Amino acid sequence: MPEKDKKQGTNISRRNFLKGVGTGTVAATVAPSVLIGSEKAADAQAGDAIANATIELTINGKSYQVEVEARTTLLTVLRDGIDTGGNNIDLTGAKLICDRGECGGCTVMVDGKSVYACMMLAMDAQGKQLTTVEGLADGDDLHPVQEAFIQHDALMCGFCTPGFIVSSAALLNENANPTLEEIKVGLSGNTCRCGTYPFIFDAVKTASGKV
Amino acid sequence: MEKFSYVNATSLEQVTSLLSESGWGEVMLIAGGTDLLAELKEYIETPKTLVNLKTLPGMDSIEADASGLKIGALATVADIAMHPTIQHHYTVLSQAAGSVATPQIRNVGTLGGNLCQRPRCWYYRDESTDCLKKGGDICYAVDGLSKYHAILGGDPVYIVHPSDLAPALIALGASVKIVGPEGEKTMSLEEFFTLPAANPFRENVLEPNEIVVEVSVPAPKPNTKSFYLKAREKGAPDFALSSVAGVFEMDGKTCKTASIVLGGVAPAPWRSKEAEAAVTGKMIDESVSQQAGTDAVKDAEPLNDNMYKVTLTRNLVSRAAMMAAS
Repeated sequence: MPEKDKKQGTNISRRNFLKGVGTGTVAATVAPSVLIGSEKAADAQAGDAIANATIELTINGKSYQVEVEARTTLLTVLRDGIDTGGNNIDLTGAKLICDRGECGGCTVMVDGKSVYACMMLAMDAQGKQLTTVEGLADGDDLHPVQEAFIQHDALMCGFCTPGFIVSSAALLNENANPTLEEIKVGLSGNTCRCGTYPFIFDAVKTASGKV
Repeated sequence: MEKFSYVNATSLEQVTSLLSESGWGEVMLIAGGTDLLAELKEYIETPKTLVNLKTLPGMDSIEADASGLKIGALATVADIAMHPTIQHHYTVLSQAAGSVATPQIRNVGTLGGNLCQRPRCWYYRDESTDCLKKGGDICYAVDGLSKYHAILGGDPVYIVHPSDLAPALIALGASVKIVGPEGEKTMSLEEFFTLPAANPFRENVLEPNEIVVEVSVPAPKPNTKSFYLKAREKGAPDFALSSVAGVFEMDGKTCKTASIVLGGVAPAPWRSKEAEAAVTGKMIDESVSQQAGTDAVKDAEPLNDNMYKVTLTRNLVSRAAMMAAS
């Protein structure tokens, strides 16, 4: 067999292969122990294999019941999830950008700590206090970090801003008065392609001591 | 991601039993998930079942006493970086943990996951590239783009091990506890990692049905200085181009014992016995430290694009030695 043909012959990816053989094969991939579909996670015995389940998430102090697959990320639920009452969750402040835990656009707080929602499974968010950028303001009273971002004009296109604001709030939760170096480290998991960093750092400095 | 089912672990016996039902890749373990989910999203791995380890009780503890540290595999990288005793007495480990990725990843990423993370090689991470590490015929880094690849111990797979915690822990003399279906065993962390010449498909000696549960670190001797020096391509978070974990037992400027482990330059954390020999028993000055750097890379075999790593690593080792004497 010519080298070129051989290469093509062995270069079928698993994704394309699975697409090619259709869904039958995928559906037949049974789990090694009991497979539960469409059960409430709470009803499943600990140790059972769960393919999909209705889970309860506490987001910005409000409880949501939502059916998810095991592979559904927290970010997908926040942005595109539909609760069991048929309502869109519609918390689109966390942005889907890199989807690989690198850019910080999807940053949310899990029990007060900053986390990439794109790299967390929704099932792992059960029982946690989740806070998105929508949950930072108290009614019409903006969070000190939000006030400071406006004051310092700490954004250009604004697409990264929700992630930066959540990371800044999480940083100030842990360290009420960070130095400039600590601010840079605290926000090092967020990327701003417009390069507004100096204004963002100024905003966090202004919000220091107010959280 | 392909569909998978999800099991909340109830005991280590259950985990090893589930893992024993198949070989590699069918049943996989998830803790922080920051490395695994990226592999799933790229279809590098397509497991049928994920076993969630976070439901195992007590495996995220960090215990420190006069004899040393015991760190559970589920302890987060952030908890290790911020632990007061580790900051004071195990500086190299605290510095290494603080240099891992970003706050968001350190908040969920775990010790066990950091040690068992897969390589960052762009050929390995590309779904459509059937490279030697994934059962193909060749390591594309040899004739391809090799800027971030190995200069030591590569043959036949030139990945570098991406862990920052591993070099620091090995330099501190850590051991790792592993649980399998037959019970538990403990081995030195240095022996835990393997080179591609022994097994091109894996980076450590874990069997498909074994799991890392704990790392133990002996207390450093008095007058020990330790550092983690990490060179990155940019100031922002990144994997190491080259890193040096150095643990030096000093008597003034004289080095009584030294442990020097390199990261980012070999498929496993690379203990440099040559650099250790160059400083042990010597009063460290400019010429001794430069000799240590030169000796650390004397066996380096760079590829087309990573000659710079030889110079970088030489200078990092020299700098670590000078820091020990200052």
